[in-house]
Amino acid sequence: MISNVARLLASILLLVTTSTHGSDAILVQSTTSTANSGLYDFLLPVFRQHSGITVNVVAVGTGQAIRNARNCDADVLLVHAKEAEEQFVSDGYGVHRHDLMYNDFVIVGPSDDPGAIKGLSTSVAAFTAIASTRSLFASRGDNSGTHKKELSLWQNASIDAAADSGKWYRETGSGMGATMNTAVGMGAYTLTDRATWISFKNRQNHAVLFEGDSDLFNQYGVILVNQEKCPAVKSAQGQKFIDWLISSDGQQLIASYQVNGQQLFYPNAR
Amino acid sequence: MTDFSQAFGVAFQLLIRGDDALYEIIFLSLRVSLTATLIACVIGLPLGAALATLSFRGKWLLTVVTNTLMGMPPVVLGLILYMALSNAGPFGWLQLLYTPGAMILAQTLLIIPIVTALTRQIIDDNWLDYREQLHSLCVPRFAAIQTLLWDTRASLLTVAMAGFARAISEVGAVIVVGGNINHLTRVMTTAIALETSKGELALALALGMVLLLISLMINASVLSAKGHTSR
Repeated sequence: MISNVARLLASILLLVTTSTHGSDAILVQSTTSTANSGLYDFLLPVFRQHSGITVNVVAVGTGQAIRNARNCDADVLLVHAKEAEEQFVSDGYGVHRHDLMYNDFVIVGPSDDPGAIKGLSTSVAAFTAIASTRSLFASRGDNSGTHKKELSLWQNASIDAAADSGKWYRETGSGMGATMNTAVGMGAYTLTDRATWISFKNRQNHAVLFEGDSDLFNQYGVILVNQEKCPAVKSAQGQKFIDWLISSDGQQLIASYQVNGQQLFYPNAR
Repeated sequence: MTDFSQAFGVAFQLLIRGDDALYEIIFLSLRVSLTATLIACVIGLPLGAALATLSFRGKWLLTVVTNTLMGMPPVVLGLILYMALSNAGPFGWLQLLYTPGAMILAQTLLIIPIVTALTRQIIDDNWLDYREQLHSLCVPRFAAIQTLLWDTRASLLTVAMAGFARAISEVGAVIVVGGNINHLTRVMTTAIALETSKGELALALALGMVLLLISLMINASVLSAKGHTSR
């Protein structure tokens, strides 16, 4: 009886503990667009072959990714909210911020375009048209990089969208994919990065209705978490990963990644 | 809804094609949830039996608390565990966050109250019949609990299945403490959440069907085993 119990406990312990990270694996806290678009599935096997380092990715909104990294639960941070990233570095949590790549944000919405934003020339005009026609708009509402961008765009247009929250302005408090599913379901406009849109499958009658304004630039950055704040950080491996991403090899690989024949990310590391 | 009919086709294809990634995810789901169920039973069955048969101060309160914890929202448990296991938290040194171990821990804690509360009720119902007999035979309390657990094993198997069902179907806790990392902590439910967020609704639904199919097979084999044990 006792030995049976001991054996049971031993096997349980084995099941639980054969599950820790490999010693040469690093953890990246990331925005969702780079994961959902398949970029990591494309890049990471190549990096692994090149370096022997396994990269584990936790894909959450930029806000949550930064918060998790502040809790030292990351070796590398890869997100898209430049101001917040610089804050992260100046607070001592990050070693250095590198520009990595960019694409752009687009406004997607129902093809019949109830706010008539198609053909407008600025994002200010597009957001003003949506607000003045009280057309449904699905906001991330989750402090993500895309949400921060959206808030700054409303601010540029001098519109207090949050005042109409629950009316035409709907805050989903969810990830990009969930918010797009919601927008498609209720015929709402929403702001998304182009990579997520191109790789998104449940578009139904939604289409890109506004794009191309320089306001909609979307810069991705990559940061090594600082070992001085977080002693557990695998600096050497993390730095190796960043060096590879911003090397000409990594940058070319990023540029070559396509979904449906379209390039999703444009490398611009210096 | 084309997605719905499409999903059946996709589910069928996934299983026939023997997709490696899918098997990896299925295997991890089973490993995590079965381990969690096992641990929860090792703890919850004796605890439930003790709660039914012993009398002590605070027993009523403990019963109410256990029953209440059956309704613990997985995402809240996940959040609590995240804060505990984070490198900034008190148990960061365990290096358990974003590993299957953390997921096992989360699901174990999630279903211990279920196993305990249901066991307590079953043992309590039987305790009335057994008490006098065991008393007259001067059976010590520990042995009495053992006898009760053994004699009600058919019902307790259903308890274990209820715990397993809760474990394998929850997503809120494992996605927070596991991180849904490809090839490391991705299980069926987090994969379904991911595919939904990518707008791959048919694939997401297909994965859901596969998950239910696996649960069905496990339940069927348990039920037939139960048929044998209860004669």
